[in-house]
Amino acid sequence: MIELTYRDALRQALADAMTEDPDVVVLGEEVGRYGGAYGVTRDLIRDFGPDRVIDTPISEAAIVGAAVGAAMTGLRPVAELMYVDFIGMTMDQLGNQAAKIRYMFGGQTGVPMVLRTQGGTGRSAGAQHSQSLEAYVMHTPGLRLAMPATVADAYHLLRQAIACPDPVVFIEHKALYTMKETVDLAAEPPPWGRAAVRREGGDLVIVSYSRQLYHALEAARRLAERGIEATVIDLRTLNPLDFDTIRERVEAIGRAMVVSEGAMTAGVAAELSARIAEECFDFLEDPVVRVAGEDIPISVSTALEAGSVPGPELIAGTAARMLGGRA
Amino acid sequence: MHVTPGASNSALPALYRTMRRIRSFEERVGELFVRGQTAGSMLHLSIGEEAAAAGVTAAMGPRDTFTTHHRGHGIFLARGADPARMMAEIAGKEAGYCRGKGGSMHIADMGLGHLGANAIVGGGIPAVVGAGLSARHHGTGAISVAFFGDGATGQGILYESMNMAALWGLPVLFVCINNQYGMGTRIDQATANTALHERALAFGLEGATVDGVDVEAVADAARTLADAARAGRPGFLAVTCYRFYGHARKDKSPYRSPEEEAEGRARDPLARARARLLETGLATEAELEALDAAADAEMDATIDFAVAAGEPPLASMFRDVFDPAEPEPEPVRARIDRVLARE
Ligand SMILES: Cc1ncc(C[n+]2csc(CCOP(=O)(O)OP(=O)(O)O)c2C)c(N)n1
Ligand SMILES: [Mg+2]
Repeated sequence: MIELTYRDALRQALADAMTEDPDVVVLGEEVGRYGGAYGVTRDLIRDFGPDRVIDTPISEAAIVGAAVGAAMTGLRPVAELMYVDFIGMTMDQLGNQAAKIRYMFGGQTGVPMVLRTQGGTGRSAGAQHSQSLEAYVMHTPGLRLAMPATVADAYHLLRQAIACPDPVVFIEHKALYTMKETVDLAAEPPPWGRAAVRREGGDLVIVSYSRQLYHALEAARRLAERGIEATVIDLRTLNPLDFDTIRERVEAIGRAMVVSEGAMTAGVAAELSARIAEECFDFLEDPVVRVAGEDIPISVSTALEAGSVPGPELIAGTAARMLGGRA
Repeated sequence: MHVTPGASNSALPALYRTMRRIRSFEERVGELFVRGQTAGSMLHLSIGEEAAAAGVTAAMGPRDTFTTHHRGHGIFLARGADPARMMAEIAGKEAGYCRGKGGSMHIADMGLGHLGANAIVGGGIPAVVGAGLSARHHGTGAISVAFFGDGATGQGILYESMNMAALWGLPVLFVCINNQYGMGTRIDQATANTALHERALAFGLEGATVDGVDVEAVADAARTLADAARAGRPGFLAVTCYRFYGHARKDKSPYRSPEEEAEGRARDPLARARARLLETGLATEAELEALDAAADAEMDATIDFAVAAGEPPLASMFRDVFDPAEPEPEPVRARIDRVLARE
């Protein structure tokens, strides 16, 4: 058991994967000498050298495209996109190339690459550095999508992503890098694609992922003080999506809320709540409720930024109203 | 030192004053950050790059438009911005240029032709192609200037934009402020050919590189290229300078040596302009001291203004997503209310 930050766990996963497999290479802006904009790749260039930890020019489309070609020819590239907000610049390489190559070419080759990036609010980074764009990825067939919330998952999901035979977009949350946990990295991780139930409670199910997990858990703690017990699910990966775990809990409990930091309309929460409504309809006592980001850009103003995304208060308040009669 | 009489000499006092105001402003942005009163830490100071801002904007006319990168405070100030409203924006306050929504990296003012600063490297470059088309279409005689860093030479969109500008003979000027670094990456670690203006020549643009320590040289080069652009011969100007401090406020630049930094900071466009003013008798030490003190006092007041200014009201976050005549996006809370009201 060791105490690690989310950032350290990611670095450890990269280092362990690179030690085990000489074909794993890291490339991206400032990943080498600088150690990564958020420090995730610090010292990797010292330990693995500049041939495997490759500093690139500011050329996102070519970074992702190069990772695609490298993956098709025997390397295991882990490319870094400094902010998920820059995904638009890579969208052709990601959406038209990485995502479709296995399929278009009749299964001749896969594209075993990882695109690590980070997103979310919390640092007053403004409209072009604070978004939650996982829906772009989830909406693209052919891409896997992992979004770790815990330190242990930062490690295990990244190891699993690097081992994955298909392209994985791996989205970290900028507000979680300094979070600490005591973890046992040698322990057997849950299988790739399995959600985790982080809290059990019989009154409602809160489905979440990434940083919003903590807002959901804090809301659940406040709800418990009022006699309402929530089950909180951490999806861990959005593709594959572990809908079995969601279904099982929702069918048993009968009430569901989905929490996401991304904009509400046509977002991840929309997909999840539609699916719950369709597949668990007979078990639901209330409509599924989405608690998600506002349909607006993120402001640099700290006050407006905080007001743009869900927090524990909105989650707990909404849950209490769902349980109206019982609270 | 050899003294060249003429127009650029007489412009030097004004250029110096502009540069001095920029430096004073940027130092106070740093101070506001240390006091914890900026919105966030993504603040990129243009100290060391003042000659690019002062020299190029001096060649621009009142109807000209421009875009900047994320290190654009100095350019906007040189263009005539109100530093108090800039500081308020940097603090995320309602009195700021963009009502606290944009911040340091997204400041803009259509009145001054500022089509926007950008937090996407290269993101503001192609807009000048469109602004050039617009100026030509409307016969305004305006040019449009894209300011960006050396790092943006890694972006394909720069080359797409230069090609269009040259192909269509647009009134456009590309200004690359080459401060030697993109974050921790030195220019020669990002490109094999560091003679950046040569790329422009390959597209058929006019191109030049000028020493950014010499504000008069920058102003002269910019004037020549701006005149050509106005006549339908677009150009590219690389201004060579040095980023005196870290990339953003929290970066201590561990990737470069103190010796290198000392050398870089010795190439100071303000010190050089000051020395020239004294040498040529265009200003006395006492006059310069008074000018410096006035700049500092003006910029001190911007801090007081920004700190005293109010936060934007929470409801303003739904404003300006679309045209004001259109309904605002419905708040999540209102949507939740409707769902829960069904019970
Ligand atoms: C598309 C994109 N990629 C990466 C970044 C992160 N980033 C911000 S500034 C910067 C360096 C830019 O260097 P340069 O263009 O030389 O401008 P300077 O900071 O030196 O003024 C980087 C990599 C970004 N904002 N946008
Ligand atoms: Mg630069």
